[in-house]
Amino acid sequence: MSAPARRRLAPDPAEAAREALDRAALERAWSNPAGFVGWLTSANHKSVAIRMIVTAFGFFALGSALAAVMRLQLARPENHLVGPDLYNQIFTMHGSTMMFLFAVPVMEAFGIYLVPLMIGTRNVAFPRMNNFGYWIYLAGGLMVWTAFVLNIGPDAGWFAYVPLSGPAYSPGKRVDLWAQLITFTEIAALVAAVEIVVTTLKMRCPGMSLNRMPLFVWAMLVTAFMVIFAMPAIMVASTMLAMDRMVDTHFFNPAEGGDALLWQHLFWFFGHPEVYIIFIPATGFVSTLVSTFSRRRIFGYPAMVLALIATGFLGFSLWVHHMFATGLPLLGESFFTAASMMIAIPSGIQVFCWLATLRSGRVVLRAPLLFALGFIALFVLGGLTGIMLAALPLDLQVHDTYFVVAHFHYVLIGGALFPLLGAVLFWLPKLTGRMPSERLGRWSFAVTFIGFNLTFFPMHLLGLGGMPRRVYTYGPGVGLTTGNVVASAGAAVLALGLLLFFANVAWTLRRGAPAGDDPWGAETLEWATTSPPPAYNFAYLPTVDGSAPLWSTRERPVVTGLRTDVREVLITDGIDATPDHRHRLDGASIWPFLTAVAATIGIVTALFTPWGVTIGALLGLITLTGWFWPRGAPEHAIAEEQP
Amino acid sequence: MSATSPVARARALDVSALPTIVYGPRAPLWWGVLGLVAIEGTALAMVGVAYLYLRQNFVAWPPEGTPLPRLGAATAELIVLLASVLPMAAVDRFARAERHRLVVLGLTIGIVFGLASMALRALQFAGALGCRWDSHAYGSVVWTLLGMHAAHVITSTIENALLLAVLLIGPVERKDFVDAHINAFYWYVIVGLWVPTYVLVYLAPRWL
Amino acid sequence: MTRVVVLVIAVISAACSGRMPVLDPAGPQAGRIATYWWVSFWLSVVILTAVLAFLLHAVTRRRVLVTPPASPIEDVRTERRLTLGVSAAVGATALTLVVLLVTSIATGRALHTFGGTQPLTVEVTGHQWWWEVEYWDPVPSQRVRTANEIHIPVGRPVLVKTRSLDVIHSFWVPGLHGKKDNIPGHPSSLVLQADRVGTFGGRCAEFCGVQHAHMQLLVIADPPDAFEAWLQAQRRPAAIPTDPAAHRGFDVFMQGPCALCHTVLGTPAGGRTGPDLTHLGSRTTLAAGTLPNTPGHLAGWIIDPQSEKPGAQMPANSFSADDLSALLAFLGGLQ
Repeated sequence: MSAPARRRLAPDPAEAAREALDRAALERAWSNPAGFVGWLTSANHKSVAIRMIVTAFGFFALGSALAAVMRLQLARPENHLVGPDLYNQIFTMHGSTMMFLFAVPVMEAFGIYLVPLMIGTRNVAFPRMNNFGYWIYLAGGLMVWTAFVLNIGPDAGWFAYVPLSGPAYSPGKRVDLWAQLITFTEIAALVAAVEIVVTTLKMRCPGMSLNRMPLFVWAMLVTAFMVIFAMPAIMVASTMLAMDRMVDTHFFNPAEGGDALLWQHLFWFFGHPEVYIIFIPATGFVSTLVSTFSRRRIFGYPAMVLALIATGFLGFSLWVHHMFATGLPLLGESFFTAASMMIAIPSGIQVFCWLATLRSGRVVLRAPLLFALGFIALFVLGGLTGIMLAALPLDLQVHDTYFVVAHFHYVLIGGALFPLLGAVLFWLPKLTGRMPSERLGRWSFAVTFIGFNLTFFPMHLLGLGGMPRRVYTYGPGVGLTTGNVVASAGAAVLALGLLLFFANVAWTLRRGAPAGDDPWGAETLEWATTSPPPAYNFAYLPTVDGSAPLWSTRERPVVTGLRTDVREVLITDGIDATPDHRHRLDGASIWPFLTAVAATIGIVTALFTPWGVTIGALLGLITLTGWFWPRGAPEHAIAEEQP
Repeated sequence: MSATSPVARARALDVSALPTIVYGPRAPLWWGVLGLVAIEGTALAMVGVAYLYLRQNFVAWPPEGTPLPRLGAATAELIVLLASVLPMAAVDRFARAERHRLVVLGLTIGIVFGLASMALRALQFAGALGCRWDSHAYGSVVWTLLGMHAAHVITSTIENALLLAVLLIGPVERKDFVDAHINAFYWYVIVGLWVPTYVLVYLAPRWL
Repeated sequence: MTRVVVLVIAVISAACSGRMPVLDPAGPQAGRIATYWWVSFWLSVVILTAVLAFLLHAVTRRRVLVTPPASPIEDVRTERRLTLGVSAAVGATALTLVVLLVTSIATGRALHTFGGTQPLTVEVTGHQWWWEVEYWDPVPSQRVRTANEIHIPVGRPVLVKTRSLDVIHSFWVPGLHGKKDNIPGHPSSLVLQADRVGTFGGRCAEFCGVQHAHMQLLVIADPPDAFEAWLQAQRRPAAIPTDPAAHRGFDVFMQGPCALCHTVLGTPAGGRTGPDLTHLGSRTTLAAGTLPNTPGHLAGWIIDPQSEKPGAQMPANSFSADDLSALLAFLGGLQ
């Protein structure tokens, strides 16, 4: 029921034959090897992204299982289900898994899948680096989970405050494994971020000037910039911690002039933008869902873009609000309170624009939209408790209590997971060619929404009741039992809701109805090709002259003249997207995987000796040489046309 | 607008006349390296901020018992790196003109400068700092600053050497000249980053 | 309608403050914070209600069964109305935030400038996993060192200095004030005051290792005379007992490992690793609020601390039954 279908005239037989030949050639040029070899060598952004999404949800399941154990332990006062040492590993692994192994990778993976399609190109800018990023990410996850299974999992919290995480108070390898998890996941995240920035700035189809980019692409662009400027802080911090632990540096050792607060500043300079890195792509999902199911473009596109950019910048100015209890000068307190409150304005702009879109549109209540609506309710609540926390005096009471746990789960589950679940249902037809079950979708939404609130709302009260974070048990008779019982019961309901959701995904893969190109009647370019898309995305790259290309009634020319025998894409100007040059992309290769192996060897060896860095560097030198050694492209021999 | 519709081909945007080899910000690889530069530059800046933060924990800077860092090898390296911009700028210029022999010459000289820089850095680690990384927080942070920057010098010199090997072994492709130009760009950044690093490690203790 | 709203507000406020010390302030600092809480709470209720109401209204107005076609072009008048509405909402948001910001800064300033009469100064050092408490006095011999229990006089400001020598802890007594971290290398402080007699629970609020969950403390607000009496009693060193059982217990204490870690003023025992036990008998709890201070629990704690608080720094001890009951007699006499 998409607009183009209605307008399609009878195809000219010669044109159709020509197109079939082109598609066949493109298929040969762009296809990747199948099966396991394909996993190791793929240079196709869609297959790498799907692998990342599946892996991320695998870690989500593991992290959720840990949460279930935590809720079982806390269901009764002075419970003995798990002891303190295992509990400390569990909550550290829960937080680290969810933040580093699930939330950021899954958002970036959706970006890697959707951005090239939405901007009308064939792949990401550096296809092989994409695959490298996946294997590095997987290696980090496997390393830390292996450690946990062996009872040497990190146990100092996902934030690993010194001196507790330092050499004196965390002996053994546990915290070193955490530090190296950071190394793996930050490399993967930075690689994906550079991918997204360069792809978005250089490969948009002709006519897609910046002011015509879909809001989801804007969201991923802002996120990628945030990753680039935030992640170095934690890379530096975790490296300093590793050095303090392994080679006796004194960054965080007060006895030799080091500083425990230096850790907190570096960590939170990363840590606060981190939550926006997770949240901003979710707002991209919400914009897509709200506009598609309101049957109109999002109201206030310029304001929405400015809100995204403002959030991106402001997100870097808030970090000290995590340190309000450390004893700050009064001026600092006031500034960071003000900044932490003011960031509500761009978020508010987004919420109001979504509400305006829904109000003035013709709302179709499909399951993906329900998740977006649930998001609005939950995120506003979480945002309001965030404003509460921004006020330093109140924060001094509820900081490091279950009130904060409630707040961040509202903004992370409500504000990021709900949109993600809606996005999964929405794009599942595009990824798989099959429609999810609408009924299962609605039920999974309702049960998840109810279960989530049952689990996390009582935690506000627990925090006000004096329950701190990161405790493996609590005393009876102090007013904390009821809230914990309700929260644990709610967790069971939440688990059921999520199981229903994944049952829907599984059902879709086996029994979902064929989806067609554009089952939702959506507006962006990924719906202008088949479901799933071919390896080359589009037979002919589109051109656009507006911001909702599939809703436009105007005929648009397509791009011709790109080679179909090799992997060639069109590079366009960064602002206006006018065609600039043709660019050859690399195909499948084993070297990115081998480079990930080399880096893994180096990083894991570095747990035991600093020579690991050298070993990794030498092995990496070999694999990178293999990666970048020229392959011999005859058309690139010297003395052809001058640029 | 369906890109699969054959009707649209009636008005096609033909890009076959566009070039395939470009330099500078037109090239995606340039942006990729810019991203790398942003990441590494931010990381170095974070360590620089840590340096300034840790200063407040000390009465004297460098701490009591640690001499001011000796300027000889570092200043020599500053001169070497600044001078190395010349051969690398030549590489950049001749790469755009696809002058194979001149690019080879420029890269060779650039590699020599890189090796000289590495030798001078080794001298600095050997004694100029007057303390070890495990002496105190000052030692930790200055060794880290110098170490991070050294990693870049080493990496870039090795990259230049590999590119030189490609250009000598052949067959030479036009893409190799884009790589040479990108290498030059990365080299400029490394030289640029040495200036604030040098100021922070060697000059700032004399003022702070 | 107004009466219903007022009633609901009153009920919620009352219900909330029941077992929630943050909302049941017993001193001016916690009181100021609680006031700010209620301001932001009710503003949040209004805002959330408004947003949810608008959302429900927006999505339930017109039911459609078939997906209508999309409108690629928007109606100019509608867009203008929406622009006005969104702008008004953004303006209201900004205004609300400014109100909250100003109120927060005013509250913060009040917390900072609380002073007045000469405060009682108490230095609290966080350890893994107990609280060392020292009552400061210009005359060193008048200083009192105890653990896990802080008596304060009602109506007088108390300057609590927070420090740590191992990892970061956080001193938090929600009924009286917000928290302040105990950070190695960064001593800090807060001023609190109790305006009524009572016992106020506190706890460590910064993850500090395996027994962070069992690092409680008690703040007991006494009438000023009772406080002075308590302080005087705490200043008195213990007397070496004459009663045979207690004396035997004293011998067990001195000959065993106890004196290596614990101090009992008035005896040669001067260990500083663990809590000062000079007035152990006068305290309500053991092991930083983990156990009630009864002979049975004390015996269990001495013999096998790890079973109550796994990971605690105190090792297990084996004593014969006679030695143990003598030890309990000695310790029980340390009032």
